[in-house]
Amino acid sequence: MYMEEKQNSQIFQDFSQSIFKPKTVEEISSIIKECYKKNIPLEISCLKTKKKIGRNFQAEKTLDLSNYSGIIEYKPEELYIKVKAGTSLKEIISELDKHNQQFAFEPTDFGPLFSGSNNEGSIGGVVACNFAGPRRFKVGSVRDHLLGFQGINGKGEVIKSGGTVVKNVTGYDLSKILSGSFGTLTVLTEISVKVLPKPESNKTLVIDNPHLLKALDYLSLALSSSSDPSGGVFYPEYFRNYFTFNDLTVGGPITAIRIEGSSNSIDHRIKKLCKELEIQSNDISILEPEQSNIFWEKTRSLQVFSELKNNLLRIVVPPSESFEVLNKIKVYEPKYFIDWGGNLIWLQLDNINQKILREIKEIVKIASGYVTAIKIEENLKASIDVFTIDPIKYKLTEKIKKSFDPKRILNPGKMYSGI
Amino acid sequence: MTSLQMPKVEKSIISNKDKIVLDIGKITKKENILFHEDEVKPYETDALAAYRQAPLLVVLPETVSEVSSILKYCNENKIKVVPRGAGTGLSGGALPLEDCVLLAMGKFNKILELDYKNRCVVAQPCVTNLAITNAVKDKNFYYAPDPSSQIACSIGGNVAENSGGVHSLKYGATTNNLLGIEVVLMDGTVIRFGGKTMDSEGYDFLGLMTGSEGLLGVITEVTVKILKTPEVAKAALVGFSSIDDAGNCVSQIIAQGCIPAGMEIMDKALTKATNDFSKAGYPTDAEAMMIVEFDGTEHEVENYIKIIKKIAEKNNSSSLKISKSNEERLKFWAGRKAAFPACGVLAPDYMCMDGSIPRGKLAEVLKEITRLSKKYDLPVANAFHAGDGNLHPLIMFNANDPVSLRKTEEFGAEILKYCVKVGGALTGEHGVGIEKRELMCEAFNNTDIQQQLTIKIALDPNSLLNPGKVYPILRKCAEEGRVHVHGGKTKFPDIPRF
Repeated sequence: MYMEEKQNSQIFQDFSQSIFKPKTVEEISSIIKECYKKNIPLEISCLKTKKKIGRNFQAEKTLDLSNYSGIIEYKPEELYIKVKAGTSLKEIISELDKHNQQFAFEPTDFGPLFSGSNNEGSIGGVVACNFAGPRRFKVGSVRDHLLGFQGINGKGEVIKSGGTVVKNVTGYDLSKILSGSFGTLTVLTEISVKVLPKPESNKTLVIDNPHLLKALDYLSLALSSSSDPSGGVFYPEYFRNYFTFNDLTVGGPITAIRIEGSSNSIDHRIKKLCKELEIQSNDISILEPEQSNIFWEKTRSLQVFSELKNNLLRIVVPPSESFEVLNKIKVYEPKYFIDWGGNLIWLQLDNINQKILREIKEIVKIASGYVTAIKIEENLKASIDVFTIDPIKYKLTEKIKKSFDPKRILNPGKMYSGI
Repeated sequence: MTSLQMPKVEKSIISNKDKIVLDIGKITKKENILFHEDEVKPYETDALAAYRQAPLLVVLPETVSEVSSILKYCNENKIKVVPRGAGTGLSGGALPLEDCVLLAMGKFNKILELDYKNRCVVAQPCVTNLAITNAVKDKNFYYAPDPSSQIACSIGGNVAENSGGVHSLKYGATTNNLLGIEVVLMDGTVIRFGGKTMDSEGYDFLGLMTGSEGLLGVITEVTVKILKTPEVAKAALVGFSSIDDAGNCVSQIIAQGCIPAGMEIMDKALTKATNDFSKAGYPTDAEAMMIVEFDGTEHEVENYIKIIKKIAEKNNSSSLKISKSNEERLKFWAGRKAAFPACGVLAPDYMCMDGSIPRGKLAEVLKEITRLSKKYDLPVANAFHAGDGNLHPLIMFNANDPVSLRKTEEFGAEILKYCVKVGGALTGEHGVGIEKRELMCEAFNNTDIQQQLTIKIALDPNSLLNPGKVYPILRKCAEEGRVHVHGGKTKFPDIPRF
């Protein structure tokens, strides 16, 4: 008790500082309580790998969680890990590796895009942004793997929901509403995530085909097949030079499908898939496990956009709409690649302005999808909407925001103006 | 049954019944409104049949716009609304209130779209869970979550409860298989969350609504993802001479890195009862029986079966039988899925619990249940979704004996508290409803509950939508609740449960 008081008083003595780096839940709670009392907006930060995603906003103080890190409890046999929110993915993954386990949702690594080198950031950031990698269509998103959390709401109160067991329907599923809320509702402090055994092996089928429409067709058939793929991408030819592999004998654009599982089942499933896709053996390359791993690692970390100077949009549409959407967007001369077996389009635009973005958003909206502006030139950022929301949902979002953070002190304006 | 405090009855609403019937009669056809005592009587309970209360009136709307107008009208006139799907819920989530309009969604029973290109089905909320799989099975697709009541339970109800099933170990519960919903809020706002895309931008309202037990909105349309039927599925029946061995076997299978499609355990009492009921070919001499299913390619499944055999032997298995055909595999499951009706022969009444625990604690919790069974002098039969640590102990008692009933309730509450104590949860898939409402403070402190209530108030400021459910009215932890079945008579006695 004495220690706690001392720590708290130490924080308040330094309340003039602009960056807080708390080490305990009590410290985090007391900082937020003080900010709540004094109406001080806080930017929630940690390893800053996704700091540039979202709107720019003014915050008087920064709550940096990088010192609030460490693995609390890892139970490989119970398939979960409980960690402090500031723990780096690197630390967690190296621990999971020891037990041959993984986060099946493969979080998108924005390191290469924003800083030129791999960095997945902290687990708190991964949950707050909810960007899942290539395995999304098979295993779900980050939110599907979050079992429970402890966090501090905008009043400085410690709240929790869920737990460490997979089946739990006790009360509202707050883990879901916090995933992808970009730190605007609650500061996550403890996070319990489901882990799964790594597949025994994997190989990737690469099909020689120059056409987008055909590629989408292959991906659609593969995802509807009992061969159970866990990755499906299409890279146009201009990205070909990012993928130089000995096993890759086909030229041109890349249509790639990943098959994971027990070693003896993979060849059988690839053979079966080739039959279903009606492709001949001279039209394909097979990436053996090692090269396959590198291929998907490059995809997950958006290597083709490493150190991209310009703009990057993330477009999610029903797969049946991908071709039509890209066809309409063609006039803006984008570069793109397709992930999630046709559900996700990463779109690079060298020239963008408010009008173009609005038009693209309209095209995607008609196709029942959504666009997130992941990277936008700084001078444009203030004038465009990074996320899109309709008035009814805005009203509801406002109500939810208020229920967690009544004075709007947590990442105010990060997602939408006024939220 | 122990009395449970429900929200204060508004006498003025009851005395205003005739006008309410007239007013709602302007929104929907008159024949869609039931208000005579004998008309509303069938709606007085859901599958938690121990609790009964006839509603003020029942409305069966036909369109989304009718649902919206009815909710708006009730909101403006401060009339409580209880939504209801198929009424198969086990925690009393659809229990009416004396002064409520029961919004029965039964007429929303059509499948709207089979979209194979986007691998999803769009359905109205009262389409049954199994009807979705049946609609796509000729193209070798299926909908993964399979609560045992799937022949009768509605997909909208599945969303409201975040239902699981025997295959949720590998394929997740409803929340992991849902792409979009259309919802009507208490003020009449019609809104869509998600759609046919993966994830949505902004706050995950889809995730919040799923499992919110009808407290936040009325679901009027559901889009679920469908999966391709695996090439092969095989199930194994494994007998054990002790329940400890069975529990350890489950933990070791998972620890080995195997994720079966489903993994269930039943104790001797239930194995015998279900086998007598459905002639499933179970090893009735075993103290515990495990059903484990693997799916995938032939190679994969064979591989897994080898692993299972090895682990089972190491844990002193007394018998092991592998399904030789799909028919036999389904027969293995038929017994398990009939656990509820089969249990009716063991005792005049039983209560079904729904705790969730870490897998590694199975043997410990089973021992505690056995100890409690002796302490309370009440027999218990156990069924578990062992793979994901979801327990369904069935406590046998005689409801005509008030002492037996009280003891059963205490016994049940002790089991659930023990689940929470070992790191588990009060409810794995049946929901809180009214049944576990008073135990919520075992799992949450006051701040946690207040945060959840703030969300409720944000979306339904007058607390008119399904009030009295999930969150305790009194701030004390009473010991009551649990599924109670008298004389084997549930609402739908023939429907398999959990």
